[in-house]
Amino acid sequence: MTTEKILRWGLFAVLLLFALFYLMPLFVMLTTSLKSLEEIRTGGLLSLPRQLTFQPWIEAWSSACAGTQCEGLRPFFWNSILMAVPAVLISTMVGAINGYVFAQWRFPGANLFFAAILFGCFIPFQVVLMPMARMLGLMGLAGTIPGLIFVHVIYGIGFTTLFFRNYYVTIPQELMRAAKVDGAGFFRIFFSIFLPLSLPIITVSVIWQFTQIWNDFLFGVSFSGAGSQPVTVALNNIVNSTTGVKAYNVDMAAAIIAALPTLFVYVVAGKYFIRGLTAGSVKG
Amino acid sequence: MEWLERNVPKLVLAPSFVAILVFVYGFIGWTAWVSLTKSKLMPRYEIDGISQYTRLFASPRWDVAMNNLFIFGALFILLSMVIGLVLAIFLDQKIRSEGVLRTIYLYPMALSLIVTGTAWKWILNPGLGIQEMVRGWGFTGFTFDWLIRPEMAIYTVVIAAIWQASGFVMALFLAGLRSVDTEIIRAAQVDGIPTHRIYSAIIIPTMAPIFLSAFIVLAHLAIKAFDLVIALTNGGPGYATDLPATYMYAMAFSRGDLGQAAASAMIMMMVIFAIVVPYLYSELRPRRDH
Repeated sequence: MTTEKILRWGLFAVLLLFALFYLMPLFVMLTTSLKSLEEIRTGGLLSLPRQLTFQPWIEAWSSACAGTQCEGLRPFFWNSILMAVPAVLISTMVGAINGYVFAQWRFPGANLFFAAILFGCFIPFQVVLMPMARMLGLMGLAGTIPGLIFVHVIYGIGFTTLFFRNYYVTIPQELMRAAKVDGAGFFRIFFSIFLPLSLPIITVSVIWQFTQIWNDFLFGVSFSGAGSQPVTVALNNIVNSTTGVKAYNVDMAAAIIAALPTLFVYVVAGKYFIRGLTAGSVKG
Repeated sequence: MEWLERNVPKLVLAPSFVAILVFVYGFIGWTAWVSLTKSKLMPRYEIDGISQYTRLFASPRWDVAMNNLFIFGALFILLSMVIGLVLAIFLDQKIRSEGVLRTIYLYPMALSLIVTGTAWKWILNPGLGIQEMVRGWGFTGFTFDWLIRPEMAIYTVVIAAIWQASGFVMALFLAGLRSVDTEIIRAAQVDGIPTHRIYSAIIIPTMAPIFLSAFIVLAHLAIKAFDLVIALTNGGPGYATDLPATYMYAMAFSRGDLGQAAASAMIMMMVIFAIVVPYLYSELRPRRDH
């Protein structure tokens, strides 16, 4: 019995150690962002701030320099919102209607097309970067927020379609048949039967897409211009700016600000976030 | 009118079909084409053969990038799986604060890799991070300066990437453990089979498909790794932490060598396809039955 007890304590100790490992960077970021530069130089990595200062947060938000622009993260945070909200909504809507067709309106070749969409989820985006840059140029969308929205919608459709298709497959075909007998058409069935049943999967899709798009860096850095950079690109520019003294506290405050929206989503709706993660990997 | 009604489902899919055809397959075709030309700053469309690929494989920088991918990918996949499995099995022992621990393990996955890279760059920074902290404890000879040592810097990318993704592997494995038939486990317990034997002989073998999924996701993350390297080391010191993704980006956007960028992107795609295509094929096949 005692060995059993020791074993359980050992188990718990290991789990706790790992919890500390996962929490450490967040802790370090937070404490560093609340210290003065002077204190950072003299204090330890894990020490709590002796004198709390919110100055780094204010600087990170409104005056830190990203490249030549010294307006903090604020304008870029706004860019990310302007980009993510429409991109999330559009890709979710398209995914819903696509998923509905794939799940309930089978036609010859549908499986092949579905497979083709799925492969699209897995391509390394490096393979489309250059032609997309040219295409955005041709469309007059290069370096704009609508351009970024367009890109995120295109490459988000695969995942949203997958989510909705897998969800709608579980809805019994009898429901469709009954509705068809009653004379309901394609859109009627979708809007009055399927859509009202879809809240859980809409939540998953919105959260997944929001996290993906908010956290994206590759498309942001490749296709945005000076006025349209998302917050991840600006954060990287602030951290890697070479002018002046390195303000680690401002860097850390900026990193937390850039992470806040997705952290918030995770804390509030972690269950749906995890469902999105697993649906993106193991299809069920 | 009736034709319209019959074809509504297809018409609804048509825009997505066109988009995928052009922006996925068309673009892959474009990149493949350019990789076979002498494109430099501007794309040229006269096919020239495989000279870009021979140049790519002769390039020392690409060599470093592929080596790094191999080191990074192998360690990242292996260690994330081991840590994820251990954490999942431990958490599965009716731990009281399971929910809290699970939340803590998984939150890094919600963060941008740029944020993750920024945080770890600060922690691994020899002047002020872990090295300085341990020295402050009295171990003045302690050195942990991997971030600035060309031959070690790639391992710092591994550390940060494991921090980011191992919690996710834990979640996958935990879900797998929970889906194993409890009847069988109870029967084994009644027979007096010790817990570690139940895991090694019954539970883990039935989880084979989940191992495969985790492997595919991790391999995919490794091959696409870009943001983390940019934020943590920016490919440096020199190009010591270059990966194919950062090589491709440098060629396309700062070196003005579209041919090399296209060829390296195609190699990345082939590596991913070699891993993903058999997987998707096996996943999709039984689906047709229902």
